[in-house]
Amino acid sequence: MPHPQQQAVLTAAGIHKRFGALVVLDAVDFAMAADEAVGIVGPNGAGKTTLLSVLSGAFPPTAGTVSFKGGDVTSLPATQRCRLGLVRTHQVPKPFSGMTTFENVFVAASHGAGLGRDEAYEEALGSLKLCGMLGVANRRAETLGLLDRKRLELARALAARPTLLLLDEIGGGLTDGEAGELVGTIKELRRRKIGIVWIEHIVHILLQVAERLICMDAGKIIADGEPQAVMADPEVVRAYLGGGPK
Amino acid sequence: MSLLSVENLVVRHGLLQAVRGVSFTVQRGETLALVGANGAGKTTLLRAIAGAHQPAAGRVLLNGADLSSVPSHKRVGMGIALVPEGRKLFVQMTVEENLLLGKTAGRAGDWSVSKVLEMFPNLKPRRHAKTGHLSGGEQQATAIGRALMSNPDVLLLDEVSLGLSPLIVDRVYAALQGLIASGTTIVLVEQDLNRALSVSDRVICMLEGRVALEGPSNAVSRDDVTKAYFGLHRKSPGSVPA
Repeated sequence: MPHPQQQAVLTAAGIHKRFGALVVLDAVDFAMAADEAVGIVGPNGAGKTTLLSVLSGAFPPTAGTVSFKGGDVTSLPATQRCRLGLVRTHQVPKPFSGMTTFENVFVAASHGAGLGRDEAYEEALGSLKLCGMLGVANRRAETLGLLDRKRLELARALAARPTLLLLDEIGGGLTDGEAGELVGTIKELRRRKIGIVWIEHIVHILLQVAERLICMDAGKIIADGEPQAVMADPEVVRAYLGGGPK
Repeated sequence: MSLLSVENLVVRHGLLQAVRGVSFTVQRGETLALVGANGAGKTTLLRAIAGAHQPAAGRVLLNGADLSSVPSHKRVGMGIALVPEGRKLFVQMTVEENLLLGKTAGRAGDWSVSKVLEMFPNLKPRRHAKTGHLSGGEQQATAIGRALMSNPDVLLLDEVSLGLSPLIVDRVYAALQGLIASGTTIVLVEQDLNRALSVSDRVICMLEGRVALEGPSNAVSRDDVTKAYFGLHRKSPGSVPA
């Protein structure tokens, strides 16, 4: 939870999400301040991506409310939440194929942030520069390798001018060197005071950025706090590795 | 000579390198447990050994013979059997038909339908039932039995406890203990670390497609595996300044 003196910019209260008989989120309460960097971990099927989808507006919750910047956004679609500054990336990057890298980012600036042509152009260039993609700006997106697709996913999100950026496994599949570059970019976002919620399986990468860590299991938050303490929590270790101490 | 050798194996899924230069050996009669987080490359590695994935580099050897150009069905005939994650049974066929299918590509040996039913008595009354109508535990027993029907030298087990109740998992593992005691060579992917350590001779913890920890199961601690599992023993990747 944010420090008591910090005002929460994003709040999810009593979130339930069912898919048919399957309960994926079970009474999840979550709040974070605007300048926090929060990591979310948990075993496969814990509900992490579903929580991100509910926060970003991709899925409506079955029950519960989501508030952003003091307003109830539960019934707002993802596009409108994006305009408010609540922006997400996806686990599997899906750029617009047939368009260049620049055009992909320009779409995010013009439609995601709602900028006019000239401003969107500058915003797209700035995002590409920050993500180290100016060299491939004119390449068609479908020709990009995995690292560049991940960078493009991030560049598109940045061009939408986020106050709060929700990252879903953006480090997955990258080499150590590539992951290091990505961490460098995300640390730059922190310097720019952009709040981060980052789901990541690669815990040692996440711990370089997250100041607070949440662990989910079976649709619930089972630990929330200082990252090293969360990773040492016996409940967290049990969620991943099963059983008790050997 | 090792029964199974994996040498510098690299396996890709499109743009993603799922297994990144993995090497290990398995001796006859040994049980090796593979553990690691989701996405660590365990299932891909097991499927590459079985021939279901073609490696981009490296090789798999069985009794010293290079299997690189051997398709999966012929590997079954050479003594490698995979029990895949999610069982992958022929659901419109009966238990007995699934078991007999396991024999078609396999080797000559002692395993028969009646021997499998002795090992898994819960399957006896279900022998003529379609496997799509079975419980999860019965399906898992059928999947293991189908693999055994090929009389394998090496049995590859991928998450046999997934989706089963603790009581059923206990039964499946009791059956596996019997196989291990009889000298069957097993490579086991298992999420439950205590179970993995309790049945195996050796454990490998994978992280991001690589071997992060390898050692005798009675010598590695839960803490050692936990650190390897999360990569907490490693230095920060890359050198981009903060």
